[in-house]
Amino acid sequence: MVKKVSKLNKTNIAPWLFVLPGIMFILIFVYIPIIQNFYYSLFRMNSYSPDVTFIGFKNYIDMFSDPIFYTAIKNNSWYAIISVICQVGFGAILAIILESKFATTLNKYFRTIYFLPSVISITAVGLMWYFVYNPNLGMLNALIRKISSSDFDFAWLGNPKTAIFSIIAMSQWQYTGYIMVLIIVAIQKIPEVLYEVAKIEGANEFQKAIYITIPQIKEMLLLVCVITVIGAFKLFTEVFVMTRGGPYDSSQVLGTFMYRHAFFFDELGYAAAVATVIFIITFSLSLLQIKLAKSGK
Amino acid sequence: MNKYSSTERLLYFSNKLFILTILSFLAICILSPLIWIIISSLKTNIEFFSSPLKLPKYFLFKNYINAWNLGLSKYFLNSIFVTTVSIVLTVLVGSSCAYGLSRFTFKGQDIVLYSILGGLLLSPQVALLPLFKMLVKLRIYNTYWAMILPYVGFNLPFAIFLMRSYFLSFPKDIEESAYIDGCSHFTTYLRIVLPISKPILASTAIVTGISVWNEFLFALVFIEDKNLMTIPIGLLNFKDALVTDYTTLLAAVMMGSLPMILLFIFSQKYFIKGLTAGSIKG
Repeated sequence: MVKKVSKLNKTNIAPWLFVLPGIMFILIFVYIPIIQNFYYSLFRMNSYSPDVTFIGFKNYIDMFSDPIFYTAIKNNSWYAIISVICQVGFGAILAIILESKFATTLNKYFRTIYFLPSVISITAVGLMWYFVYNPNLGMLNALIRKISSSDFDFAWLGNPKTAIFSIIAMSQWQYTGYIMVLIIVAIQKIPEVLYEVAKIEGANEFQKAIYITIPQIKEMLLLVCVITVIGAFKLFTEVFVMTRGGPYDSSQVLGTFMYRHAFFFDELGYAAAVATVIFIITFSLSLLQIKLAKSGK
Repeated sequence: MNKYSSTERLLYFSNKLFILTILSFLAICILSPLIWIIISSLKTNIEFFSSPLKLPKYFLFKNYINAWNLGLSKYFLNSIFVTTVSIVLTVLVGSSCAYGLSRFTFKGQDIVLYSILGGLLLSPQVALLPLFKMLVKLRIYNTYWAMILPYVGFNLPFAIFLMRSYFLSFPKDIEESAYIDGCSHFTTYLRIVLPISKPILASTAIVTGISVWNEFLFALVFIEDKNLMTIPIGLLNFKDALVTDYTTLLAAVMMGSLPMILLFIFSQKYFIKGLTAGSIKG
């Protein structure tokens, strides 16, 4: 009898001993700060001084009347749109080609090469492209000069019209191969039988892609679209390393906009309001992603 | 002899050639910036300024030695330390949590599970400012722990998600015989569950390792001391410090990227497995 009771107690405490450290970590370093962020956004406050003033939704009102906020939203959206077209669109085409009948022994090497940029840290890639885009020393202009034999010295990152698009172009270079590999993994899961049937019916490679491959990887395509869009709204490092949001705030995105208000202007409350907007966008997209990931399995 | 006519075969091969040409062109587009950076990092600054597209007279490996001695060695050690401790903590705390969630039924289990999985939906940027204030208050701002503890917190939800689904999928027979032999829950977890789960522990370690090694935002905001900086922040610091010595900076950038490139080339299979497993994380 005594033994039974003690065993019962043990099984009640034991699971908590296993899960508690993990819960504490997530609670303290993930949940509490995120909840605090909403609270911060209602105050006027600084990084180091303890003075805080409750100002209600003033930070939000200020933010929504700041034209740079809309520049940031626009830039994040451009990043999302172009990335979906390029990374998912071209990524899918490349994946289908690399997994098709045209596959040669070289395909393994193509896959490795295309994937390679995504393993390099964003900071390193950003610095590399900072030099590629350099007006006088950069590879891009040097190549254009060679081909057109002119004195081409366009400042890709120094011009407000092209800065954000130059950064977006770099990201396509870095991530198209990564998205392609995710799609390849999905294609490899398609049952071989389907292709055999198509072969008997006399379908060519193009028809196989349209009628079998694409419908079979539909969920994966949707999923990578959502992943790409979430990534677009989390954008920070690329812009910070290459332009810091400049010139004249033309390449500002939500992440750098938040950083600037927090650590240059020392307006922590305002920055928290920007963070809330990032939260709303990424959280709702992530919910969609989890839902899609579940239906995909 | 052959069921295809000669025109059909010609068409097939010309198509194949066409596709091969496009694929090769793309490969060149991907590789050329990298190759240009590697070549430039082996030049003198004068060569780099005067003729950006030409090969140098002789390869100048001194740039790499310079970069290493100027502080890159320290950034490397910091990155290795922070990444290792984060991986160990994430795998230990995460696997124990996943074990607790997959091997017991207890009151409040669902709430625990959903709040952990809910962590997958949260973006680190949103926690940045309160974390900054919290770390200052805890007096660990500008220490290794200012990076490690938030890294573990943000990597745990996915680690637990990965390991829990693995633990749920393998048979409990072996564990049950261990209980019958009188092992406690803890020894069963340590001696039986962990050794069997090596593949998933490895995947978790890879996913965590890549994300920590390349992390930028927290490292940027939570660290001030140059002696504590990890490679991504260190490289940015180089950019400001080496205003005119471009080729040394490029050598530093190449050296800083090398570990991940080598790891990728030599363990491609595990690498891709880890990253595609990470696809749900985004």
